[in-house]
Amino acid sequence: MRQPTADRANVVQFDNVAVRYGRGPEILQDISFSLPAGSFHFLTGTSGAGKSTLLRLMYLGQRPARGRAALFGRDITTLRHYELPALRRRIGVVFQDFRLLDHLSALDNVALPLRVSGTRESDIRKFVPDLLTWVGLAEHLHARPPTLSGGQKQRVAIARAVIARPELLLADEPTGNVDDQIAMRLMYLFEELNKLGTTVVIATHNENLVSRLPHPQLHLEDGRLRTD
Amino acid sequence: MFARHSDLPLKNDASSRFVPMLVAPMVFLCAVALAGIFILHGLIGRWDRDVAGTLTVEIAAAPGEAQESAERTRASVEQAEQILNAFPGVTNAHALSQDQLVALLAPWLGNPDLLKELPLPALIDVTTNPDHPPDLSLLSEKLARAIPGASLDDHRVWLSRLISLSRSIEWLAIGIVLLITCVTSATVFFATRTGMSIHHEVIEVLHLIGAPDDYIARQFADRAFVLGLKGGVLGFAATVPVMAGIALSARHLQGGFLAELSVPLSGWAVIVLLPPLAALLAMITARLTVHRTLARLP
Ligand SMILES: Nc1ncnc2c1ncn2[C@@H]1O[C@H](COP(=O)(O)OP(=O)(O)OP(=O)(O)O)[C@@H](O)[C@H]1O
Ligand SMILES: [Mg+2]
Repeated sequence: MRQPTADRANVVQFDNVAVRYGRGPEILQDISFSLPAGSFHFLTGTSGAGKSTLLRLMYLGQRPARGRAALFGRDITTLRHYELPALRRRIGVVFQDFRLLDHLSALDNVALPLRVSGTRESDIRKFVPDLLTWVGLAEHLHARPPTLSGGQKQRVAIARAVIARPELLLADEPTGNVDDQIAMRLMYLFEELNKLGTTVVIATHNENLVSRLPHPQLHLEDGRLRTD
Repeated sequence: MFARHSDLPLKNDASSRFVPMLVAPMVFLCAVALAGIFILHGLIGRWDRDVAGTLTVEIAAAPGEAQESAERTRASVEQAEQILNAFPGVTNAHALSQDQLVALLAPWLGNPDLLKELPLPALIDVTTNPDHPPDLSLLSEKLARAIPGASLDDHRVWLSRLISLSRSIEWLAIGIVLLITCVTSATVFFATRTGMSIHHEVIEVLHLIGAPDDYIARQFADRAFVLGLKGGVLGFAATVPVMAGIALSARHLQGGFLAELSVPLSGWAVIVLLPPLAALLAMITARLTVHRTLARLP
């Protein structure tokens, strides 16, 4: 029989989780899956299937309506408010709509997770430009997001998600706005992180990407999860 | 404290720019109220000293035949002594004897034998407890009701009424200071709430990235501190000339007990603290407001 306690080796463990927005219908039902530490998954499904919603549960942007969910072996339904920030800092998120701060430069946007965790400014000045250069934005370190193209913004968002070396990386359509060449470069970045131990989940409907890379899929259909 | 890093663009908020303009009059009013408290307190202290110690109760001679009048007066005196000695705050009350009274009046009226024939009023010498002085208005009322023709030293009664009126005004001023504190705090509360809703997207991102509530609260608190201090200094700057003006015009007045209308040094020491206190109040209010609001996020 399945152990009801959260498995320490699983970074994410969902048991019969359901989600709804407000008083609306349940968007996701009976979601049960686990992500072992160091795994790499694609999250697929048609538009509106609930990919972003499932990711939102995993980055603690929303609480489940039903079921049990555990992150890093901790039941998130019993966590106290003050315990959440430390848990969130172990998770890197690339939001589908980027959520960059328009009044900050690319540098300061990427520096946010480090500042939030109290990293020294000297370290921030060392690491952040390097990463931005790596994603091809050396020319745009001081640019504000509104002056960047969609693909450039996306890369700033990705840099922000990975800068603090998260244990869990959740990326929502991280290659939606870039050409295949840059998409592969970004996937390479995710795989490098994965090799260093980060658990990765990438939501996408880029079939091309999914077929080219040998990672298992979590597939959402009719509000339920199908794993291959 | 001012150079601390801030991710929130709070400096450019039009919505918080009005805060110093609201804090300034609050600090001004608070300073005036405090100055009032200090001045009144000084006056009350002085009047208190004047009232303390001894006082005199006079009982007019009862009308009628000499013999009968004297007896009725004596009865009244005994009754007055009883009332006085039983009254809280009175340590001792005794009537002056006829001889003492005559001795007292002799220098003005001459012939003591003649004086003995006159229907003299009786005088009762009252010693009061300096630490817990009696309520003179109440005492005066009580005596007058019980004994026709009894009267307490007029000046003292009037002064003691003035003291209790001043005490009420003093409490009123303290109440005003508290009210101003609440209003200032409420101003900062609403400004902070407005700021939070303007920047809710930034706040949400910081929150999701794992910023502790205090990381966000601190940025609002720092901003509120600066705004509060600005308003406080402005309000204080307005206070100084007004206070100086009052002190100056009081000096021209030359009226006996009102002469001391300037704020004592200890009062200024407190009033000078108002700008930093306003800044601190703004800071704490903003911080608590942000914490309270963030506690509701998932
Ligand atoms: N904030 C919200 N309030 C109410 N309903 C929502 C909200 N966000 C999403 N939904 C609904 O939840 C369902 C799943 O949305 P979600 O954004 O998770 O889909 P998705 O798989 O990410 O789609 P896409 O591929 O287009 O990004 C949709 O039917 C959507 O209408
Ligand atoms: Mg989506």
